[in-house]
Amino acid sequence: MNGVIILLPIALLLGLAGLAAFFWALRNNQFEDPDGAAARILLDDDEDSPA
Amino acid sequence: MTALPQFPDEHVSVLAVPGMHCAGCMSKVERGLLAHDGVVAARVNLSSRMVTVTHDGTVDEGDLTHFIAEAGFEAQPRRKQAERPYSAVKPLLAPLAVAAFAAMNVMLLSVSVWSGAEGSTRELFHWISALIALPAIGFAGRPFFRSAWGALKRGTTNMDVPISLGVIIASGLSLYETWVGGQHAWFDGALMLLTFLLAGRVLDAMMRDRARSGVEALVSQAAKGAQVVGADGSLTYLAAEDLQPGMVMRVATGERLAADGEIVSGRSRFDQSLLTGESRPVALAQGETALAGTLNLEAPVDVRVSSAGADTTLAEIARLMEASTQDRSRYVRIADRAARLYAPAVHSLALLTVVGWLVAGASLYQALVIGVAVLIITCPCALGLAVPVSQVVASGALMRAGILVKDGSAFERLASIDRALLDKTGTLTLGRPVPDEQSLATLSEDEAAIALALASHSRHPLSRALEKALTSNGIVSATLTNVIERAGEGVFGTCEGRAVALKRPETSGTTAVLLQTGLGPDRLIPVADTLRPDARDAIELLQAQGIECSILSGDTARGAAGVAREVGLTVQANARPEDKQALVARLRNADRKVLMVGDGLNDGPALAAANVSIAPGSASDVGLQAADFVFVQDSLSALPRTVRASRKTMQVVKQNFALAIVYNLFAVPLAVAGLVTPLIAAIAMSASSLLVVANSLRLMRAAK
Repeated sequence: MNGVIILLPIALLLGLAGLAAFFWALRNNQFEDPDGAAARILLDDDEDSPA
Repeated sequence: MTALPQFPDEHVSVLAVPGMHCAGCMSKVERGLLAHDGVVAARVNLSSRMVTVTHDGTVDEGDLTHFIAEAGFEAQPRRKQAERPYSAVKPLLAPLAVAAFAAMNVMLLSVSVWSGAEGSTRELFHWISALIALPAIGFAGRPFFRSAWGALKRGTTNMDVPISLGVIIASGLSLYETWVGGQHAWFDGALMLLTFLLAGRVLDAMMRDRARSGVEALVSQAAKGAQVVGADGSLTYLAAEDLQPGMVMRVATGERLAADGEIVSGRSRFDQSLLTGESRPVALAQGETALAGTLNLEAPVDVRVSSAGADTTLAEIARLMEASTQDRSRYVRIADRAARLYAPAVHSLALLTVVGWLVAGASLYQALVIGVAVLIITCPCALGLAVPVSQVVASGALMRAGILVKDGSAFERLASIDRALLDKTGTLTLGRPVPDEQSLATLSEDEAAIALALASHSRHPLSRALEKALTSNGIVSATLTNVIERAGEGVFGTCEGRAVALKRPETSGTTAVLLQTGLGPDRLIPVADTLRPDARDAIELLQAQGIECSILSGDTARGAAGVAREVGLTVQANARPEDKQALVARLRNADRKVLMVGDGLNDGPALAAANVSIAPGSASDVGLQAADFVFVQDSLSALPRTVRASRKTMQVVKQNFALAIVYNLFAVPLAVAGLVTPLIAAIAMSASSLLVVANSLRLMRAAK
């Protein structure tokens, strides 16, 4: 029972942190271009970088 | 936040690049743009097929289009949009996140209760659950509550009514149980239900967003207008809506007219196929009327505007379409039809259960608890997922095959069609002039090289067609000097001391270009609109699927007969837009389910009036917007493929309904008997949902 008192708030806080992170992402246009984000990982940035 | 270097005059342009589809394309476009001076930043959005370019004042949108063309892609500048494009997904993401978070936490607490937590521990856990669940349900349930309330206000019912009722009653009862320290709370079930259903809706919305942005990228965003000749002979560019009757507009070769008008000087031939479906260009001279939307093929002309904006033939067609669209919105989707039967049945069953237990001598509280259990167990989780999940999977499969699905209910409507009407120009045919392959094959390499060089100096539609065909044949352009283009005549130049020309033939029954190289006899290259590849096979497949096909064309009987013979169909020629719409209406009144396949403006009203419609990606803006499906490749095999996928989808939807009903057959008697606990409800709900999703995933290969 005593363990629960500590563990429950921790679990809830962690969950809320995840939820907050999601809302942050939602507000900062992280979901604007899901296809592009998936493809960008394949680009080589250091190959003949322009200028 | 990265701070961009601030340039004194910084401009942002957005261009549509419909051809991008992978990481390679993205990097080519971005690097191609960044390699030029004046471009500060370029960022591709692959989902919407747009590129946002930050640049200084030395380059404009025309240059940017050119830069992208050098990288190998076609681009169109896009008019600035004041508001951000509407997305169906965004408003659902936050409710989904909240529901999922709450469901997971409450489920963990419930698991401990089910494993035997008792007394004050159970009470504490129930209270924590209530604290998490109630605000979460209030927030995440809003999309359902709103839609259910809307339906009830209109005196109808939809899937959201039983969902909302189930969720609200379950929360209310659980709160009461928590208050009195009872054994069972149903918060986990209510939240899980919302999570599953929201996930289904988010997927559904994603599919629609994706198709819409795909179509938006195809729709030309270039401003429509005309060069207006002032009293002093100066030229000013005016947007189409600013044109007034009496103004004189100068229409260059290859431009479309922005308004109806009378030709005051010059003569040319006009392609009216977008408006009438007639493929043969019409020659018009001074004093004759040219219509908005027609393409000037030969020489620049001056046209005095007779009617603009809402009075043009174009606007007339738009009005016809609007009337038809309203007709279609009366269609009731299969899920809502199911709900009309399902909701009253379930609700009266729950009521009967309560009455039955009261009669049998149970207390009011006991009877209510059992009645609520019936409502929760029948809450249509699987039923709510049955349709969206199948449609999402099927449209994903079709999208990979190059077919965009604009509306989920289109599958339902397409699956039942038994009659197809096909437009000729642009639908059965490619809708663009293609030089005769055999004539091209007879050209020597030098001749072809000169032809390509000449063609590349002109923006004329026939020159561009020739340039495209020769380039794809691997011809390398010759070097020319003294090249000039004379409007209405052709392109002239000098090659190794010989005069060469690509010009309009003096006499020719068909559309053609005459090539003079001085290397041999003059060559006449016919340029005609050709049938799409495998059009014949596609029609045969459609007929094998039990769909009666015929051609409905605005072209002359003679023009349409040739194509009709080639594909083996009957044809109704000379059909005006209102005739096409009337035929569709007549067939529908005769209880036929009509599919309209068309591309042009003249097909718009028929596309909107038909039960379901398909347009090729090359279609006019009007065609693209009116159609339910858009196929982007040249092959017409997209038609039978879409029909097949739709029928498979509906089959799976019906199986899903059957699964949900079988589930209810087992679960409802348990609930009525008062044997269902929250644990059983949770297991039953997830099992039936998973089953439905798994069954729908079989559609992954529906487009094969």
